[in-house]
Amino acid sequence: MTETSALEQVRRQIMWNRLLSVVEEQAQVLIRTAFSTSVREAGDLSAGVFDLQGRMLAQAVTGTPGHVNAMAASVGFFLDRFPAASMAEGDVYITNDPWLGTGHTHDFTVVTPAFLKGRVVALFASTSHVVDVGGRGFSADARQVYEEGIRLPIMVLAKAGVMNESLLEIVRANVREPVQVEGDLYSLAVCNETGCRRLIEMMGEFKLETLDDLAESIIETSRQAMLDEIRALPFGVYENAMRIDGFEKPIDLVASMTIGESGIDVDFTGTSPTSAYGINVPLTYTQAYASFGVRCVIGGAVPNNAGSLAPVRVSAPKGSILNAPEPCAVTARHVVGQMLPDVVLGCLYQAKPEAVPAEGTSCLWIAALLGGHGVADDNEGGGEGLEAPPFTISMFHNGGTGGRPGQDGLNATAFPSGVRNTPVEINETITPLIIWHKEYREDSGGAGEHRGGAGQVMEIAHAQGAPFAVSALFDRIDHPPRGRGGGAAGASGRLSLGSGAELSGKGRQTIPAGDRLILEMPGGGGLGEPRKRAKNSIAKDVRDGFVSPQAAARDYGE
Amino acid sequence: MPKPKGQARLAVDIGGTFTDVALEMGARTLSAKVLTTPRQPQDGVLEGIAKVMAEAAIAPGEVGLIIHGTTLATNALIERKGARTALIVTEGHRDSLEMAYENRFAQYDIAIDRPDPLVPRYLRWPVSERLNAAGETLLALDEVSVKTLIPLVREHGIESIAIGLIHSYAKPAHEQRVAAILADALPDVSLTLSSEVCPEIREYERLSTACANAYVRPLMASYLTGLEAALRAGGFTCPFLLMTSGGGLTGFETAVRFPIRLVESGPAGGAILASRIAEECGLDRVLSFDMGGTTAKICLIDDAKPLSSRSFEVARVYRFLKGSGLPIRIPAIEMVEIGAGGGSIAWVDSLKRINAGPESAGSEPGPACYGRGGRDSTVTDADLVLGRLDPDSFAGGSFTLAPAPAAEAIERVLAPLELNGPAAAFAIAEVVDENMANAARVHAIEWGKEIAGRTLIAFGGAAPLHAARLGEKLGLDRILIPSGAGVGSAIGFLRAPIAYEVVRSRYERLSDFDPEAANAVLGDMHEEALAVVQPAAPGQDLTETRSAYMRYLGQGHEINVAVPVRPLSAADAAILKTSFDKAYTALYSRTIPDLDIEILSWTLSIQTQVPAPEALAESPADIAAPQAAARRAVFDPGQAKELDTPIHRRADLQPGVKIPGPALIAEDQTTTVVSPSFEASVNALGYIVLERRNIHD
Repeated sequence: MTETSALEQVRRQIMWNRLLSVVEEQAQVLIRTAFSTSVREAGDLSAGVFDLQGRMLAQAVTGTPGHVNAMAASVGFFLDRFPAASMAEGDVYITNDPWLGTGHTHDFTVVTPAFLKGRVVALFASTSHVVDVGGRGFSADARQVYEEGIRLPIMVLAKAGVMNESLLEIVRANVREPVQVEGDLYSLAVCNETGCRRLIEMMGEFKLETLDDLAESIIETSRQAMLDEIRALPFGVYENAMRIDGFEKPIDLVASMTIGESGIDVDFTGTSPTSAYGINVPLTYTQAYASFGVRCVIGGAVPNNAGSLAPVRVSAPKGSILNAPEPCAVTARHVVGQMLPDVVLGCLYQAKPEAVPAEGTSCLWIAALLGGHGVADDNEGGGEGLEAPPFTISMFHNGGTGGRPGQDGLNATAFPSGVRNTPVEINETITPLIIWHKEYREDSGGAGEHRGGAGQVMEIAHAQGAPFAVSALFDRIDHPPRGRGGGAAGASGRLSLGSGAELSGKGRQTIPAGDRLILEMPGGGGLGEPRKRAKNSIAKDVRDGFVSPQAAARDYGE
Repeated sequence: MPKPKGQARLAVDIGGTFTDVALEMGARTLSAKVLTTPRQPQDGVLEGIAKVMAEAAIAPGEVGLIIHGTTLATNALIERKGARTALIVTEGHRDSLEMAYENRFAQYDIAIDRPDPLVPRYLRWPVSERLNAAGETLLALDEVSVKTLIPLVREHGIESIAIGLIHSYAKPAHEQRVAAILADALPDVSLTLSSEVCPEIREYERLSTACANAYVRPLMASYLTGLEAALRAGGFTCPFLLMTSGGGLTGFETAVRFPIRLVESGPAGGAILASRIAEECGLDRVLSFDMGGTTAKICLIDDAKPLSSRSFEVARVYRFLKGSGLPIRIPAIEMVEIGAGGGSIAWVDSLKRINAGPESAGSEPGPACYGRGGRDSTVTDADLVLGRLDPDSFAGGSFTLAPAPAAEAIERVLAPLELNGPAAAFAIAEVVDENMANAARVHAIEWGKEIAGRTLIAFGGAAPLHAARLGEKLGLDRILIPSGAGVGSAIGFLRAPIAYEVVRSRYERLSDFDPEAANAVLGDMHEEALAVVQPAAPGQDLTETRSAYMRYLGQGHEINVAVPVRPLSAADAAILKTSFDKAYTALYSRTIPDLDIEILSWTLSIQTQVPAPEALAESPADIAAPQAAARRAVFDPGQAKELDTPIHRRADLQPGVKIPGPALIAEDQTTTVVSPSFEASVNALGYIVLERRNIHD
């Protein structure tokens, strides 16, 4: 190689690194200025830069896989509506349409063109989950998207630097927290603006007039790296099906994965039809979580961009719960979407068993609790609910993940979500609840050479003994995470009262005065034959109380 | 304590590889660098002190103060070489220490594990008791449940116990009673109360901090006691103070009780040095850049004060990634640390992208250029091949660098890219510089700060080699390299105040502000801080600052708001609200008008006043540059080619001299690269100043 081309190669890599840093800065501005706690605490956001063909060049590494290529696809829809040639400096565009954005009305996506010397050279896009959009709030209760709050098609948020006040006024009038939501929309615009400014500085420093050459090199290098990894797999068609609890009835998630010369195709034909409740999944969100499942095993080190995303193609028949059309309700799409990595990994297990974990809890256990007047059912709560202070809280908690190649599953840890929990002491400070118990759940991790991660048990009471309610959206109660390679299933989830009665995994229910709510979260599935488990690992599990002596004898013959 | 004029002050910083000693006598500072002696750290300390005392030719009695900082506590946590520790918890909450945040710190890597908790599950023991968030008793402490633990302590050979009960920050009585029962039965077991070491809401962070303190305490107590005895035996009769992670000094008693406050004291010393330089030179906006063998630390300093925080992570297990370490809540100087140092190893990934670090070659066998059989190609190898280092005078000439193995190692690792020679070395240096520049930019934006317009202050062995390129990448016009840059942290210790910060969580809503309750808490905190600072600083003038950690109702994170140092009245609710709005706007550009505000915690800090430096004297008018000591071809990253470059000895340069880049300025422990876009001068304090030249290209 000549010295010039070698130096050019180094220069291109440095520019790529810089572009990744530009979108990282864009994301940091969003995290710092967002009002929504799920953005600030859980990284429920996305930020990236695109070329004028709508190809993503770089995306910030943030907390949730749900936006991975959902936002990437969204930019294409923006360009269809507003072609790059029609854009002017200071323009900003917006949508929260579930089918044009990232899958539910709580997510707003904002796109901003970047201009160099009067010419548009790139687009910055960002997505965040806002605190409220009106409608029925964050629940699966809606039957149609029209009940799920305000919905903006792709529209102009700012024209030549002037904000669209009429649009903002309409938004403010339709949401419960107008100041915070407006703040979040500004925050999206501001983070894109930071991205634009940094990109233009970078192009000045590297003396670039366009991003064309850099874009080609990033996309081609990434595509090639993905294909190299894919081509090392045995070509073929791999099928898998997984049944989950669903809302009104169980859901079958059925996948067929074709691995070939040109990439990986995942098709969800055979999957159950849509639900009458808000757990339906628009296709872009299906694509995001299915691709994420692939990327956990293939090309995890390759940055996200149009090149690395292209070789993995995901489809689902229209009308299935994984390609839910308008006007299906979609707010709680995560309940089903978060299960998709397990389904995809089940296919990949057949092609690359040494790299794939067993099934895990996967769906977050969000304890959505509320109290105060009118919350508890009259016949159960008596008059006591009247005096109790009103409160609502969503506590994010987790069961175990599946056993992993060479390692046990993670105990009580979010996967695939990137969400963090909130401390017991904070929850007790801001609500009248007492969390009497929050510990690992013994014997919940599926037995295996690599044990499934343990779930956890929480026991929650009202401090004044008043009744309160749970808005349940829990899965893996009837269908526990399965093991792989001879590993046993993890323990099923369970919802009950301290007084003994079983509760349902879905829908709002009352915890009567003086009673306690008990959440037993699922354990992950085991990986590999339990009899192959190392003796000292079994002894350690018994010593630490993850496995009882009885279960050790039963499952491991110890 | 008015300091007798000319009385010497001694600072010692134990780092991972070297133990640095600085002795200050009036305007004169002597320094020494000796190898750290991990098995008996005090040997290295005493050796370094002896070396510098001999050079200064003074007696121990002439030393008026010894200040010590050490990485021993950090190392014990990283290497898991602390005490056998148990944790006593509230029944039903045995696992918060291990559950942490229930999250994964790297999205795409399914193989990540969080660090093991310092106390395994079978040594986390419940007692029956329960308080609520107001500190009221829901369940009285069952003393029998405490007493049944006593035989377990003996059975498991426990040396140290952390006690961490739910809501103990609100009322420490149960923790104190548990401690009293245990102390009675087990007088030789060390006890750490979470309500003493970290009286703050959020059980995971508080327990993590308490366990870390308990874990390092026996080791640190015996080390500090032994060192103090050895110093006394050696004739040193002066006070002995310890550097803390918050950038203040503390006395021996507190250090032995809360050794967790001593972690990361070295980097804190560096930030204090940079802050002092900022003050000396009248620089209001500074970026401090400390690059050593393993990592680079970057810290933002405004108005001569480093950013501070109340939490950080130690012992990160995964590429210095946020979330992969153990959270510690103590006062700390906020900085970003990345795996970029002279020893960082270069490698090529599956996309043929060059990476440097975070793995480091260490000192044995070290980088390929050390010629000790190491095959790793490191940043130091790249610096050597680029012509920046004189092979014969590295680290004061203590050993010779070998260019041939360095070039071979670089060529081998970059073979997939068909890169060789200086171009290959350039690629490695450029990647590491780009990584540091990106880390600095992202860190600044995380804190709502701008990089542009700052002065870069560079110290640590590798920083002056990379500062010019970093400055170019960040668009900075001025870079300052202090004297003694190689022992910057130890010199920083000499500039630190004696200080102590205490924190208490006491929840209240601003709409329901209770000034008497606040005054009671702040009064207690004042007494506690004073009791620590006064004995270490008899007769010195003290200043006090107070702040509240506040947030909008239900938000996840608090922001720090200044509180007036006087008894509060009901009218102060309005003042607190105004201050909160101002601080919130500075960070987030707007406020939420009608949302209630809550106070989670109070902090109070008492410290000695450090006298302001004298105004910086004017440098003499232009003095002709001395003849270059040598010339060499040095590769310039900005122009991406080799340039014929003069080399000057730093000792030859007088204030007022001006040297345009390209040039190298060599000294014993480091070399300053002056790139063609800068001009070097030396100011009245002897610091090298690089100023951007106006070059039209």
